[in-house]
Amino acid sequence: MSRVRVLVGTKKGAFILSSDGKRKQWDVSGPLFAGWEIYHMKGSPVDPDRLYASQSSGWFGQVIQRSSDGGKTWETPGGSPVIERGRMPSGESNKFVYDVSPETGKPLRTHQWYDGTQHPWEFKRVWHLEPSLADPGIVYAGVEDAGLFRSDDGGQGWHELAGLRGHGTGPKWSPGAGGMCLHTILLDAGNPRRMYVAISAAGAFRTDDGGHSWLPINRGLRSPYIPDPNAEIGHCVHHMAMHPSRPDVLFMQKHWDVMRSDDAGASWHEVSGNLPTDFGFVVDVHAHEPETIYVVPIKSDSEHFPPDGKLRVYRSRSGGNEWEELGRGLPDSNCYVNVLRDAMAVDRLDSCGVYFGTTGGQVYASADAGDSWMAIVRDLPPVFSVEVQTLP
Amino acid sequence: MIRVALPAHLRTLARIQGEVELEVEGPVTLRSVLDALEARYPMLAGTIRAHGTGERRPMLRFFACGEDLSLESPDAALPDAVASGAEPLLIVGAIAGG
Repeated sequence: MSRVRVLVGTKKGAFILSSDGKRKQWDVSGPLFAGWEIYHMKGSPVDPDRLYASQSSGWFGQVIQRSSDGGKTWETPGGSPVIERGRMPSGESNKFVYDVSPETGKPLRTHQWYDGTQHPWEFKRVWHLEPSLADPGIVYAGVEDAGLFRSDDGGQGWHELAGLRGHGTGPKWSPGAGGMCLHTILLDAGNPRRMYVAISAAGAFRTDDGGHSWLPINRGLRSPYIPDPNAEIGHCVHHMAMHPSRPDVLFMQKHWDVMRSDDAGASWHEVSGNLPTDFGFVVDVHAHEPETIYVVPIKSDSEHFPPDGKLRVYRSRSGGNEWEELGRGLPDSNCYVNVLRDAMAVDRLDSCGVYFGTTGGQVYASADAGDSWMAIVRDLPPVFSVEVQTLP
Repeated sequence: MIRVALPAHLRTLARIQGEVELEVEGPVTLRSVLDALEARYPMLAGTIRAHGTGERRPMLRFFACGEDLSLESPDAALPDAVASGAEPLLIVGAIAGG
């Protein structure tokens, strides 16, 4: 029987929640890396025992952790003691250095700050790790201040795909409330040269040549709270999702507005429809129904909790516009948590499982595509991210 | 023998219990001690000093023999008691967060 493993990153460590295919009884292990912020943890699609975790701290900076046995043991890639005399310390697994070399042709050192002035580009942390669809040793990292890095050796050494920051609009990128982070990386299973990323508050971008050159893909986004609501960049994209079978169809939860593109991001149109509020952070797609999507409406940009204190997932079976409220098993009152942008995921079992974590420390699971929900755990630290692995 | 006391989170990260004892060749300075520490425990590189600049991370301080050495030159000699191993070099995280 298939199993699922839910990887949960929190403000004070990581947790692994495991169940069989029924998804009723859960084993909870953790905290891993107790006391550290775990922004994201994700497994390789081709080797489910290979996991990567982003571990960070305001005191000690960034650490990358890697597991080769499904999370039982962990190592910092390249962290073995250096034996050779005179050799400089490696410590490369947490060495994220922006590429400002003239060879890129576009050295870039500053971006726009909140007050409109230029501000130095400073590495702060890894928000999202996206393992390759083909090679467990290749992994991408989306970082704050926004940039995209790639490792070809299992997370030990990292190099920036500098064409993203350098494509021209970089100096106009500015931070959102959570910082200037690259938080979404979508890989196209049918075209290894194509990928999408999203940045708060710059927008969405696409490459068709493996990350060498990039194109802003924000036409159709409208953000009335920025000087030019229809600007090429400057939109606060909160998250994007894609079904692997239809890589040209993208869904986006923007700061406000739920959006859809049917042409690989060349244009977007709003599909908020009858949602009670179209502010929110997460969006995801059913594993087997590419037109079935999920969001968690949040009251507003200043009130980061569900409307009326009622935690609800909304599901559209028509790719947007027509939404149904899903609340069986979710709090009906006095609930004032948030669901952060990387904190929703789906499994690939026959009856698609949907999972999300809250800033109140709950992780909810639905084994029936959202019709009903149960809390796997209720009292974790604030949840930053949720990923799911479907195991044989 | 140089003794270094690390914050708890860095001991966990490097899987160290208690103080670290290091051999340092040449002058005993903050730089040479941290170089030796990171050579023994590469996972600590970047957690005490920033990659690239080598500067002390802002929420860490260095103390020894009752003195705050955080703002000293990384190439200044550490106190004799540290060089002899009589006293440890303390790497201390700022108290912050509540």
